[in-house]
Amino acid sequence: MLNTSKIASSATIDFYSANTSSELALPLIEGGIVAGFPSPAQDYIDLKIDLNKALISNPSSTFYGRVKGSSMQDAGILDGDILVIDKSLEPQDGDTAVCFIDGEFTIKYIKIDPDAVYLIPANSKFQPIKITEENNFCIWGVVTYSIKNHKRKG
Amino acid sequence: MFGLIDCNNFYASCERVFNPALNGKPIVVLSNNDGCVIARSTEAKILGIPMGEPAYKLKELIEGNQVTVFSSNYVLYGDMSHRVMTTISEFAPEMEIYSIDEAFLLLEGFQHIDMKTYGKKVVRTVTRNTGIPVSMGIAPTKTLAKAANRFAKKYPNYKGVCVIDTDEKRGKALKLLDIGDVWGIGRQYATKLRYYSVNTAWDFTQRTKSWVRHTMGVTGERTWLELRGTPCIEMDRSTTKKSICTSRSFGERLTELEPISEAIANFAANCAEKLRKQKSLTSVLLVFIHTNPHATNQPQYSNQKVIQLPVATNDTTELINFALQGLKSIFEKGYRYKKGGVIVSEIVPERPLQGNLFDTKDREKFNKVMTVMDNLNASYGKQKVKIAAQGFDRKWKLKNEKLSPCYTTKLEDILEIKAEK
Repeated sequence: MLNTSKIASSATIDFYSANTSSELALPLIEGGIVAGFPSPAQDYIDLKIDLNKALISNPSSTFYGRVKGSSMQDAGILDGDILVIDKSLEPQDGDTAVCFIDGEFTIKYIKIDPDAVYLIPANSKFQPIKITEENNFCIWGVVTYSIKNHKRKG
Repeated sequence: MFGLIDCNNFYASCERVFNPALNGKPIVVLSNNDGCVIARSTEAKILGIPMGEPAYKLKELIEGNQVTVFSSNYVLYGDMSHRVMTTISEFAPEMEIYSIDEAFLLLEGFQHIDMKTYGKKVVRTVTRNTGIPVSMGIAPTKTLAKAANRFAKKYPNYKGVCVIDTDEKRGKALKLLDIGDVWGIGRQYATKLRYYSVNTAWDFTQRTKSWVRHTMGVTGERTWLELRGTPCIEMDRSTTKKSICTSRSFGERLTELEPISEAIANFAANCAEKLRKQKSLTSVLLVFIHTNPHATNQPQYSNQKVIQLPVATNDTTELINFALQGLKSIFEKGYRYKKGGVIVSEIVPERPLQGNLFDTKDREKFNKVMTVMDNLNASYGKQKVKIAAQGFDRKWKLKNEKLSPCYTTKLEDILEIKAEK
């Protein structure tokens, strides 16, 4: 996925150098990760991770949204998370999608049966919704990533 | 062959992408300061809301028919335009952005491709990927592609694509095309032509070349040839009434902000000059830069910035100032830039009325400053641009009460997705 160079690994995390030419870039703190490691980064100083490029394959059809509510909490999508939504993708059965139904945007799993479409929540407190002709409905875009702030307080 | 892709009711469509409940409902978009209607959805057109009408005159019509009113959100429209254009650009080797919502494609080497199928694919892809519905006209000349586009929009049966690729289809189309709707024939010439019983594009093509040349000069002759299927207007021709574009390939590849600034400042000055020449003002400025897309072995970058001006202007200092601000915000180091440009749109005629704010003396001064500015800028470039920029310190507060959020460009404004049911 990433056209870049792995510069260090540990049991749980691989380290890459990061591309700072773009706004979402992450710079790697120079030389201070593993004591005594001969810095292999020197040869690869120009190779960086660009999260924009890694997470967004179709920039012109990608939009962001912010989650409000908890109906997708078991999918790890919580209130306040930022969604990366790609409108160019053909919705597939089981995708997480942003849908527009009866006047508002909602996020759900979509279940595409031969005879009907269902919106499935990821929270047992909520009920699946069967889409009927009565509904003003469209699948607005497919969710490709969600971004959450793990240090967020309250 | 040429293709013309045009967004359907572009501003209204942009608002609908983020508010699909408005599909099928009447929408109008107002100009700067919420003054006049500058865009309408089809439903608003059907209600008889005229273009350019001051909003206060429409109060009853708007309230009585539940018309949704928006202030113009050029940041949103500019970003959506960029998305549409980027998507379109993947379908042909050469594209010319004609206005914020229109682009020509050069369809050379497409002999073995079914044009209708191709057009449908373009229309479907742009509509799906961006949410903006578009129509496409395909024909042997730009003027005919424009005409084809009109039909693609007008008749739902075409499903957004109309191809004029035979003489038979061309004849049919031209007979249905009012002379006043022909690209390149203005209102004055249309009136004149009607006087000579030239009522449709077809009538026009039946006149002799010498008659056309005599009546309308070389421009008319070019339109005549184009309507008859002989391409005369090439890609990149940049005179348009809807917008003025000044863009050039740089003499050499530029990598630094400074020389690019100089070029952009000159482009902006050039736009201002053109505006003054035709006695008009602009309220939206777009600045863009890009690398050479054909140099695939080099890192690619392309970006643009749309700036809504606080007041409509043709003041060189103001336009340069905004263009350079825009450039600064999109310039990235580490690329070899090939081309840049400035496009001004939302062009309105200079009205003496607007001069009310200034007394005659001020206006005179203003004009003098402009002339001096132009001359200095032409001879000295950057240094004088600096002086011009420092002279600019007007802060007007815009009235835009019905502004939609900048859904695509501001993190605080992104769509709220409910997970509450």
